[in-house]
Amino acid sequence: MAALEEEFTLSTGVLGAGPEGFLGVEQTDKADQFLVTDSGRTVVLYKVSDQKPLGSWSVKQGQTVTCPAVCNFQTGEYIVVHDHKVLRIWSNEDVNLDRVFKATLSAEVHRIHSVQRTEPLVLFRRGAVRGLEALLAEPQQNIEAVIPDEEVIRWSEFFMVFKQPVLIFITEKHGNYFAYVQLCKSHGLSKYTLLLGKEEKFIKQNFTARVDGKFISLVSLSSDGCAYETLIPLYSNDAENNQRLGRALMLKAVVSGGARNGTTITILDQDHVAVLGPPLPASKECLSIWNIKFQTLQTSKELPQGTSGQLWYHGEALFMLHGKCLTVIPYKCEVSSLAGALGKLKHTQESDSHSMPHFVNWVTCSGYEPESYSTEQSKTLRKKNIEINLQPEVPGAKQLLSIIKKGSEKHIEVELRKFLAKSTPDFHTVIGDIVAGLLERCKTEPSFYPRNCLVQLIQTRVLSYSLCPGLMEIALEHTDVQMLQLCLQQFPDIPESTTCACLKLFLSDTIQDEQKEMEEQTEIVQNGFSPEDSSCSKDSQQLNKKPEDEAKETVSFPVTSCPVAPKRAALLNAVLHSAYSETFLLPHLKDIPAKHITLFLQYLYFLYLKCSGNATMTLPGVSPPTLSQIMDWICLLLDANFTVILMIPEAKRLLLNLYKFVKSQISVYSELNKIEVSFRELQKLSQDKSSRGLYSIEVLELF
Amino acid sequence: MGEFKVHRVRFFNYVPSGIRCVAYNNQSNRLAVSRTDGTVEIYNLSANYFQEKFFPGHESRATEALCWAEGQRLFSAGLNGEILEYDLQALNIKYALDAFGGPIWSMTASPSGSQLLVGCEDGSVKLFEVTPDKIQFARNFDRQKSRILSLSWHPAGTHIAAGSIDYVIVFDVKSGSITRKMVLDRQHLGVTKSRCIVWGVAFLSDGTVISVDSVGKVQLWDSATGTLVKSHVIANADVQSIAVADQEDSFVVGTAEGTVFHFQLVPVTSSSSEKQWVRTKPFQHHTHDVRTVAHSPTALISGGTDTHLVIRPLMEKVEVKNYDAALRKITFPHRRLISCSKRRQLLLFQFAHHLELWRLGSTGATGKNGDTLPLSKNADHLLHLKTKGPENISCSCVSPCGSWIAYSTASRFFLYRVKYERDNISLQRVSKMPAFLRSALHILFSEDSTKLFVASNQGSLHIIHLLEGNFKHLHTFQPQSGTVEAMCLLAVSSDGNWLAASGTSAGVHVYDLNHLKLHCTVPAYNFPVTALAIAPNTNNLVIAHSDQQVFEFSIPDKQYTEWSRAVQKQGFHQLWLQRDTPITHISFHPKRPMHILLHDTYMFCIIDKSLPLPNDKTVLYNPLPPKNESDVFLRRTAHAFKISKIYKYSGTGDEESEVILSIMASSKPARTIEYPVLKHVGAGRMTQNQTVLWQTHSSRKEKLQVELRV
Repeated sequence: MAALEEEFTLSTGVLGAGPEGFLGVEQTDKADQFLVTDSGRTVVLYKVSDQKPLGSWSVKQGQTVTCPAVCNFQTGEYIVVHDHKVLRIWSNEDVNLDRVFKATLSAEVHRIHSVQRTEPLVLFRRGAVRGLEALLAEPQQNIEAVIPDEEVIRWSEFFMVFKQPVLIFITEKHGNYFAYVQLCKSHGLSKYTLLLGKEEKFIKQNFTARVDGKFISLVSLSSDGCAYETLIPLYSNDAENNQRLGRALMLKAVVSGGARNGTTITILDQDHVAVLGPPLPASKECLSIWNIKFQTLQTSKELPQGTSGQLWYHGEALFMLHGKCLTVIPYKCEVSSLAGALGKLKHTQESDSHSMPHFVNWVTCSGYEPESYSTEQSKTLRKKNIEINLQPEVPGAKQLLSIIKKGSEKHIEVELRKFLAKSTPDFHTVIGDIVAGLLERCKTEPSFYPRNCLVQLIQTRVLSYSLCPGLMEIALEHTDVQMLQLCLQQFPDIPESTTCACLKLFLSDTIQDEQKEMEEQTEIVQNGFSPEDSSCSKDSQQLNKKPEDEAKETVSFPVTSCPVAPKRAALLNAVLHSAYSETFLLPHLKDIPAKHITLFLQYLYFLYLKCSGNATMTLPGVSPPTLSQIMDWICLLLDANFTVILMIPEAKRLLLNLYKFVKSQISVYSELNKIEVSFRELQKLSQDKSSRGLYSIEVLELF
Repeated sequence: MGEFKVHRVRFFNYVPSGIRCVAYNNQSNRLAVSRTDGTVEIYNLSANYFQEKFFPGHESRATEALCWAEGQRLFSAGLNGEILEYDLQALNIKYALDAFGGPIWSMTASPSGSQLLVGCEDGSVKLFEVTPDKIQFARNFDRQKSRILSLSWHPAGTHIAAGSIDYVIVFDVKSGSITRKMVLDRQHLGVTKSRCIVWGVAFLSDGTVISVDSVGKVQLWDSATGTLVKSHVIANADVQSIAVADQEDSFVVGTAEGTVFHFQLVPVTSSSSEKQWVRTKPFQHHTHDVRTVAHSPTALISGGTDTHLVIRPLMEKVEVKNYDAALRKITFPHRRLISCSKRRQLLLFQFAHHLELWRLGSTGATGKNGDTLPLSKNADHLLHLKTKGPENISCSCVSPCGSWIAYSTASRFFLYRVKYERDNISLQRVSKMPAFLRSALHILFSEDSTKLFVASNQGSLHIIHLLEGNFKHLHTFQPQSGTVEAMCLLAVSSDGNWLAASGTSAGVHVYDLNHLKLHCTVPAYNFPVTALAIAPNTNNLVIAHSDQQVFEFSIPDKQYTEWSRAVQKQGFHQLWLQRDTPITHISFHPKRPMHILLHDTYMFCIIDKSLPLPNDKTVLYNPLPPKNESDVFLRRTAHAFKISKIYKYSGTGDEESEVILSIMASSKPARTIEYPVLKHVGAGRMTQNQTVLWQTHSSRKEKLQVELRV
């Protein structure tokens, strides 16, 4: 969720900020320090966290700084241009700008761009681009004119795209705008004509850009108050150089259409833009953050003293000239979520933005997925209203607990739903209390089993076994397999004994019976009961179609058929996924009847065959058991019950199969080992060739 | 900056000998190390662990025990039955005294340092009084049946503990009689061994005797009652050495498995005052037997068959992160074992008992950085010169013209004339060396090979004029009156006018060779000199010290140069000062007077005096910049130190004519299997018939029978 934090001002005593604002605010190699260049003669280095300047440098009387000072990230030095042609390079220790390194260039500089991990680039008025080092090596070198005479550079930006520096600049000629993309390494220059709306009058276009894959997404704030996006390809594959680029509406009416100068737009990240300007024709100037994806206003801040219409965004802070002061507004944006994107409108009260809900009710939220700007708007409003109406009726945690003690199952369920829909500050502890209350009542009143409530609570994903130790026991008592499955999926800390008890229950015949009756009502009890992995069901279907084949196979051994019903398979998968420690699990596994162990082994073997059937050694479906989980369980079961299984005639076949399988695997792996060894020998041989003998003459160059 | 052709030489198969004993001297913070070939080295732990002195070995002197007595006097004893005292000033053996008890297995000095005790093969324990200039036999203790392998004094000096085979005895010093005899258990994990050898004992002030034995046990005994208090089984092989800290709160033992265990006296519970010995930390820094350990106040020191000297700091005792807080592994000697003849491109390798002369190969090809050039001529092994007698070679040199080879042992000096006739090489010994030329610590030829400079012990410097097949003694610089400090490093200027000589502690003396007088003395510095050289043309003397400082001293002006002052003012880069091997060689670029070339074991460096010095913020080890960066960037980041860490140096790097540099990268000793290291098998040295079975560690699987000459 994007939010603007408390603003603060930097003292501007040393700056001569005119009404037209500053030349620029630029980052330095230190995270917290920024270079501010005023429109006159001064460059100031600010440390933002201290809100004070660290250093200030001025050019001589009569000279003017013509391009904002930047930091050369490679050397930590600062670079500025004054009187269009004179380049100065200095570092923190230097006091007087007159005494520092000076280079007079042969052409007028438009701007110097510097970003991290590359050398600064100098953009000349006539569109030529030079690397700083190359320029300094020969300052008086001839600078060619790239753009036609009447075109004037309006805006430029510098990016690193896959380690390749890319410079984009926009020129204007009689109200027509052109974009140039300069790839600095390959020296490719592409020119594009920007197509703009016909009826618009271009008083002042405002641009900002971001690299998006293979395109530069150029966002312009048009004079009608809307933001438009133009995609400019980074690598022009067209031979024809002057392509025309259309634009698409990105945000509608972010600023008042008739606004004078002093509106500006800056891209913050891929989803957010900051817009500076009056939102309504008569209103004061305002800084607003918009979410592009959901077309929502995230937050805004009024700037009553007016701005210079300039906005810089560096390292989580927005810089602007508010009145006479250089103002810094820290900006923070958490990962954009659907809930966050719902945002708020300009009309809602300021106080709401502070109390963001800690818990998001996904059921209610997902209903409000915005389809378009306007419908979303009304829906949000409606939801707000509903919530406000509900507020007095929502029970507090204490109330709810008292209801749990006495109330009927139905009543509790209704109250709980209300409670969950509401945000609570310490949600974890309250949920724990509620579960404990419910379980206590379950213990005292055997007939009381608020299944739906418990399912709801588990689905909040804040519960763990240790928070409600009795829950799984009660579910076991009630042989509520769905609940157990849910618990196995959600709880990270189930003790091995309970896991084993679940396993026992899942393997027992009682399930089978239950399954039958449940099959009819599958549709109803779908809630939380994740459907079995599809491969099983498909398989069993296939087999049903070919009863004859199946019959044949069962005679040998039903390797391809799933030995358990899909429901049971899903339950067993939940057990396979649960965490365990071998030493604690083994003794409990011994308690499981041999018949069930055989069944489980058959199922595991089936899974294993399925797994090894494909190249990636995985099973299809959502979160299937992994190969290592399957193998671990096979080993565990055999470790725990080997002597017992050995005695059972039905298991003999299975054991034989497992044995054969292991044997064949061993032979395969030994072959692989042999191959590996011979490859290693080959590698050694090739290394030997390159290794030098006892004596060699080598070249060493020291720089 | 500079392009060099590097002659990468790996045929210098120098293998250091295994370490037999270490003895730590708390008073001077020095460490004496003796090796299996009889070499004794002195390391100054205060001067960045620099090996400042060394005494060449002797075939018949297998040192078995080493100890400091009377403050800073160093004694050793060995299987030839002799006790030796070393003269640490003149760097020679003061005297050797036969103890008349057969091979000596152990020796220890009394807590006061005024008495020496030796344990002999015949089972006798002999007490010697240390007199100011010698030692004197005092008396024998009660004689035992079998040899005495280990000895330890009670800190009060009243009793001693002696370890023999199968038992530990406690003697009363006054009467010389046995007060207790403690018999050890030969069983280990249910297997009874034929004998249990007590490799080490330690007597603590509370009367506890700690014994370590061949069964793999560390046992604590009560000497008053003669009972076993505690037994720790720590190894399947022998526990070979023990050393106790002065505070008696920790001790260290070394095993034949290469492991070193640290034991500490810790309270039983956090509040109780009752303490017990607990095995706290194992360290595995050795690949083979740890024959000896020492315990300095802040570090555990261990050495063994794998030839490494390992100094492991006790982190709880180290207060600041500095030089002493790092684990040290000293493998290579800190002196030059290689000399180079520039004109003939010859290399002379110095081994313990022979010299090898090699001619470098050549190539006509050129290449870019990192290339290996095709050889037009491979390196040739020209000469293998074996020494006469049992003594190790202490120093050697080949003249720049290649026609003279000189070397010295502890008692004899040899000079050879080498003649090259096409492919043949003939060697002729120059006979009738003058009597004063008996032993040398450093030998140097002048640039034109007409003069030979010999630094002998007792501090004198001899200058000898060399003629075709003959010589003439020109002059001897006697040491300043009152000092007997030996000179161990020499440097001569290329014009032959100046000779610089440095001792182990005093400053560097510069002699005027034309007028044969002392020209000046460079002010003494706290740390010993590790390398010296005089620059051609300017005659600036460059001195490297063991604390990694480098000075430049102008000989004509008798003062430090401007550059040197500037360096001292700014200080060296932190990383430069943190290197842990000393600079062993300095040389100069014949065409570029601003460059100083120097190297230590792990890096080669050119100091360009014309460039600014690096400060702590700049990157010292500048990696190769990418080619596409322009000169401007280079100009800004360039600093005076150009360092390459590609090669390893055991000997010397010496520049050849033009821009070619030749660097000798030596083989690593012991660590690789190419150079077999003797691995201790079975009971080791202690079998009855004195024949020991050794096995090579390499894959060759051959067995060597080594006769101990006893």
